[in-house]
Amino acid sequence: MYVRVVTWWTILRIGLEERLVYRADFALGTLMRFLPIITQIFLWAAVFETVGGNSVAGYSYENMVAYYLLTMMSRAFSSMPGLASGVATQIRNGEIKKFLIQPVDLIGFMLLNRVAHKLTYYMVAMLPFAGVFYLCRGFFVGGWPPAETLLIYITTLLLGFLLGFFLEMCIGLIGFWFLEVTSLLFVYMLLNFFLSGHMFPLDMLPDWAATIVELFPLKYLAYFPAAVFLGQLEHAEIIRGLWLEIGWLLTFMILSRLMYWYGVKQYSAYGG
Amino acid sequence: MQSSPSYRRVFLTFARNSLIREMTFRANFLLQCVSSTSWTLMNIGFYIIVFQHTDAIGKTTGWEQSEFFLFLSTTWLINSLVQTFFMPNAQEFSELIRTGNLDFALVKPIDTQFLISFQRVEWSSLSNFVLGIVLLIVSVGQLTTRGQAIVVNGDESRFANEQTISIVDANGTASILEFNDRRSVAGHHPIVIGGGKRTAEQMASAISEAINTLPGAMLTAKVDENRVVLEQDVQIKLDASATALANRRWDLEPLMLVLYPFYVLCGTAILYSVMIGLAATSIWLGRNQSLYNFWFYITNFSRYPMEIYQRSWGWVLWGVFTFVVPVLVVVNVPARLLAQPLNPRHNWEWWLAGFALMATAFSLLLSRKVFQKALLSYRSASS
Repeated sequence: MYVRVVTWWTILRIGLEERLVYRADFALGTLMRFLPIITQIFLWAAVFETVGGNSVAGYSYENMVAYYLLTMMSRAFSSMPGLASGVATQIRNGEIKKFLIQPVDLIGFMLLNRVAHKLTYYMVAMLPFAGVFYLCRGFFVGGWPPAETLLIYITTLLLGFLLGFFLEMCIGLIGFWFLEVTSLLFVYMLLNFFLSGHMFPLDMLPDWAATIVELFPLKYLAYFPAAVFLGQLEHAEIIRGLWLEIGWLLTFMILSRLMYWYGVKQYSAYGG
Repeated sequence: MQSSPSYRRVFLTFARNSLIREMTFRANFLLQCVSSTSWTLMNIGFYIIVFQHTDAIGKTTGWEQSEFFLFLSTTWLINSLVQTFFMPNAQEFSELIRTGNLDFALVKPIDTQFLISFQRVEWSSLSNFVLGIVLLIVSVGQLTTRGQAIVVNGDESRFANEQTISIVDANGTASILEFNDRRSVAGHHPIVIGGGKRTAEQMASAISEAINTLPGAMLTAKVDENRVVLEQDVQIKLDASATALANRRWDLEPLMLVLYPFYVLCGTAILYSVMIGLAATSIWLGRNQSLYNFWFYITNFSRYPMEIYQRSWGWVLWGVFTFVVPVLVVVNVPARLLAQPLNPRHNWEWWLAGFALMATAFSLLLSRKVFQKALLSYRSASS
C-alpha cells in the first residue's frame, strides 16, 4: 500500500514539474483564450438589444455572458488536450509496452498525470481566470449561488473532469484496433464543441434537438455545471442530471477497463 | 544576362504541383474537405439557432437573418481564399526561418515575398469557398423574394410575418395590426405579406381591407411602383418586438456584381498583409508558434458586423480594428455593399468603402516594407 502511494506521488510530482517549465507562456495563453468571449459579449449585447428586454431561452443578457464565462470554467476541468491522441500514438509506436512490463497501470498513470496537469494548470491559470471573472463580475447579477448549489457545482466540475478523462481515454484506446484515430478525434471534437454547450447554451436548441443532446454525455462537459451555477435548472433536473452523469462516468470507466484488457490481449507491440 | 521570370507561369506551376500533391492522397483530400466544411456548417448551425430567438443582430443595424447570412457567406469566402492560398505558406515560412531553409528561397532568382507567399496552394480549403458561394446564392435568393414594403408618408417600411404595427388615427387611438401569414388571430384579420407570391395590387387590397375592419379607420392602400402606399396621414408605430422593421426592399444592384468581388479580393489582401506581417516577425522572434493562435484571435473580430462594437468600450475595439489593424473592414465592406442592410445608403458607407480601398493599399505596402525589413535581419540557422 505504502509503495503504491509513493508511486502515485512520484507520478504526480513528475507531472507537476513537467508542466511548470513554461509558466509565463502558459498564463498568457490562458488569457488569450478569453479573447473570443469579447466578441461573444458584443454579439449577445446586439441580440439582446434586438429582443428588447425579453430573455433568450430563459437567459438574460448578463446570464448569457456569465454562461460563456462559466463554460470556460467547465472546460478548464473537462477538456483533456492531447489525451486521446497521446494514448493512440503510444499504442502505435509501441511506447505502451512499458506499462505492460512495469507494475504501473496505464489508466491510473494517465489519470494521475492528468490530475497533475490540471493542478498546475489551475495554479498558473488562476490569476488570469480571477482577473477576467473580476472584470466581468457585473455579469453575475445573482451574485454567489447558495452554498448548496455551489457544492453541487463543484461536484459537477469534478465529475466533468472524470467524465472527460474516461471518455477521451476510451477514444484513445480505440487505437488498439485502428492505428489512426485522428479523424475520429476530429468528429469527437466537432460534436463536443457543438453539443457540450461550449458554443451556446443548449436551452436554445429546438425541442427535437434538445432530446437528442439529452442522449449524449457531452453536455456534462460544459453546459451542465454552468447551468447549475446560474440556477437555470430545477432541483429535480439537477438531481436527475447528476445521476445520469454518474451513470455515464461509470459506463466509460468500465468501458475503458474492458477496452484496455481486450486491447492488450491482441496487441502486437510494434516499434521499440 | 538575366531575364525576369514569368510570375504567372511560376504561380501556375506552384498551383499545379500542389494539386498533384493533394491528389496523391485522394481520401485524405476528401477528408480534409469534409473537416473544413463541417466547421463552417457548425458555424452556420449556430447562427440558425441564434436567429430562432431574434429577428436581427442589433436593433437598427438591419442585419436580419438573410442579410446576416450573406455576411456570413462573405466571411467564409474571404477566409477560404486566405486559407487556400496564404495560410499554408505563412506557416511554412516560420518553419523555414527556424530551420534555416529560407536560404534556398533567398538565392532563387525571383521575388522572395512572392515565392514565400504562393509556394503552396491548399486546394482542399476551397471547399469552404464553394460552401460560401452556395450560402451566398441562398441568402440572395431569400432577400429577393422576401416581403414587400409599405410606404407610409414617404417612409418606407417592410412588414414581416408575425410582426405587429400599431396605427394611431387622428383621434389618437391606437389600433394594433398583426401581419400574419395564413394564420388568423382572434380579433384581427390576417394579412398575408411576403414570399413574393402576391402581387402588389393583391397586397394593397388585403391591407386596406384589414385596416378598415379596425373601428374608425378609413384608409385606402394603393399601389405605387410595385410598393403599397397608404394614402392617409397615419402614424405607424413599430412594435417593440418588431425591431428591425425599418428595413427596405432589396434589389440586386448591377454595380454590386463588380464591387462585391472586388472588395472580397481587397479583404483577402488585407488579411494576407496581416498574416505575412505576423509571419515576418518570426524572423526577429526566432520562433513564432502561436502565430496561428494570434491570427485566429485577431481575425475573430472581423467575423461580425461592425455595429456590434459600436457601444461603450467597444468603440475602442472598433477604432483599433478599423484604423490600426483594419480587419473590421475586411468582411464588413463587401457584405454591407451587397446586403445593403441600410437603404437608402448612408454617406458613411461610401466613405467606408473608400477607406477600405486605402486600407488595402496601405496594408499591402506596409506588409511589404515589414517583410523586406525583416529579411535584412535574417541570420540563417544551423547548417
